[in-house]
Amino acid sequence: MTAIRSVAVAVFRESVRDRVFYNLVVFAVLLVAASILIGQLTAGQDVKIIKDLGLAATSLFGLFIAVFVGITLVSKEVERRSVYPLFAKPMRRAEFVLGKYAGLLLTLFANMVVMTAAIYAVLFFLSRGVPANIQAAWDAPAMDPALLKAIALIYLNLAVVTAVALFFSTYSSPMLSAVFTLGVYVAGQFSADLKHFDVIVDAPAAIAVAKACYYVLPDFAKFDVKLAVVHGIPVSGAYLASTAAYAAMYIAALLFGAVMIFSRRDFK
Amino acid sequence: MTPLVPLRTGRGPAGAAAAVCLGLAVAVHALQEHRWPAPNLDHPELLYLRSPAVARRVVLDYDAVSADVYWIRALQHFGAERLSPPEHVRNYALLYPLLDLTTTLDPYFSIAYRFGAIYLGEPYPGGPGRPDLSIALLQKGIAAQSTKWQYAMDLGFVYYWHLRDYKTAAATFQKASELPSAPSWLRPLAAVTLAEGGHRGASRALWQQLAQSEEPWLRDSAQLRLAQLDAMDTIEALQARVKAFRDARPGEPVTWRRLIESRLLTGIPLDSSGTPFALDAATGAITVERESKLFPLPGQIQAPQ
Repeated sequence: MTAIRSVAVAVFRESVRDRVFYNLVVFAVLLVAASILIGQLTAGQDVKIIKDLGLAATSLFGLFIAVFVGITLVSKEVERRSVYPLFAKPMRRAEFVLGKYAGLLLTLFANMVVMTAAIYAVLFFLSRGVPANIQAAWDAPAMDPALLKAIALIYLNLAVVTAVALFFSTYSSPMLSAVFTLGVYVAGQFSADLKHFDVIVDAPAAIAVAKACYYVLPDFAKFDVKLAVVHGIPVSGAYLASTAAYAAMYIAALLFGAVMIFSRRDFK
Repeated sequence: MTPLVPLRTGRGPAGAAAAVCLGLAVAVHALQEHRWPAPNLDHPELLYLRSPAVARRVVLDYDAVSADVYWIRALQHFGAERLSPPEHVRNYALLYPLLDLTTTLDPYFSIAYRFGAIYLGEPYPGGPGRPDLSIALLQKGIAAQSTKWQYAMDLGFVYYWHLRDYKTAAATFQKASELPSAPSWLRPLAAVTLAEGGHRGASRALWQQLAQSEEPWLRDSAQLRLAQLDAMDTIEALQARVKAFRDARPGEPVTWRRLIESRLLTGIPLDSSGTPFALDAATGAITVERESKLFPLPGQIQAPQ
């Protein structure tokens, strides 16, 4: 456990050193600029649009970090040969992989906490002074705590993407890992199409492959409740819990796979 | 021991050189624009992605924010056409595709359905005059949220105001009144619509309800319609005076001055925007002036073929 924590903290510090958190500046500028500009462009939809924009930016910036930092987590250490002195220490390869994963999750968490605070701050300033009758017509209040549900699921989504990136990173080059991870991410968005493949194709073998892909590939659509939350449509605790369980199982499978591959790699 | 000389990074001169080069590039670009100006062509607005089904896949899970982009484009397109100078033939061709994309990407985007309901059916030059598209958009909204009474009320409004189908309008208002949280005034509105049909009183009742909306653009639109209805009442009253004048002096051109001299009027009548009404001296027909904020009254202008 101590080894995992040490590696995780090292990854977090390296993220700070690599200026990963500079994205927060871009995020803040984007939100503030949008809040100033969109009031004149959206016919009274500024609060909704700031919510949409804030959640989308949180997801997109997080995705970039998860993919482009995730793919280098292990491969960079191998390429630099800095992995050799690490293995000379009393640390198992599994601890190294898990520590790397936990470190990036910590980076993503810190990133998302700041982004969430920024979204709420902008929403607070936008809704200040708006008459109560106008606020009553909004689908959901500006400072809606339900936004946290969408943000929690974005975080779980990113946790799965990070696990996918780490999995590929244990045996592939960063370039290929990026391609594979983004491929899985995009394919995971089309799960509904894979499920209903029989509507457009009449070949049983192709339908079976599509069905298999539907179940095996991560279903990223599950994690997207942004629309529902912004429109005040309830997202149940049971749904959140089952989606978290799905994410946990998927992440566990990927981490076991990553540990297995990395443990068998020959670094001589 | 040789003293250590600080390492020169050259960052300062390189930065200055980069800024100078960029400045020169901008200057050359501006000079070219000035020397060889691009021909001033009327660039038609483009919509690269027209299929809502494709759009939904292309945007991955960024559907809500993409819907916002299309919504802003729909507003820009509508505003640009509606406020264009009179010599420009207004073309609202992209309004429906943009609203269709918006509502496919975000099926709960109420304002987009309601905006489409009001303005897609609006006759030229205020809109494209396509109540069929208003109905299609609202039906899509009802399919997405069947308990939303506002969509059913807007549908009744389209049947009433644009299609003058009072029976269907009344039935739709009735249906809207039966939906959860529907306001109490919807049921009497259904009755008034059925009983009075095309009477101005029923129209006024409908617009007065819309004027209570929380949406500023909907309130403004309803206020304008109410002012137009008032203008139509005034025109009707003035038309009676003109008839009296023409009956007393057959064949004589009719002007406001002649009506005042004949003591049929005390002054030149103004509409609510402060513009005098237009009076055709030969026919005696009265309407609002082109310069009036109330122009055009319903049916005053036909769309170009």
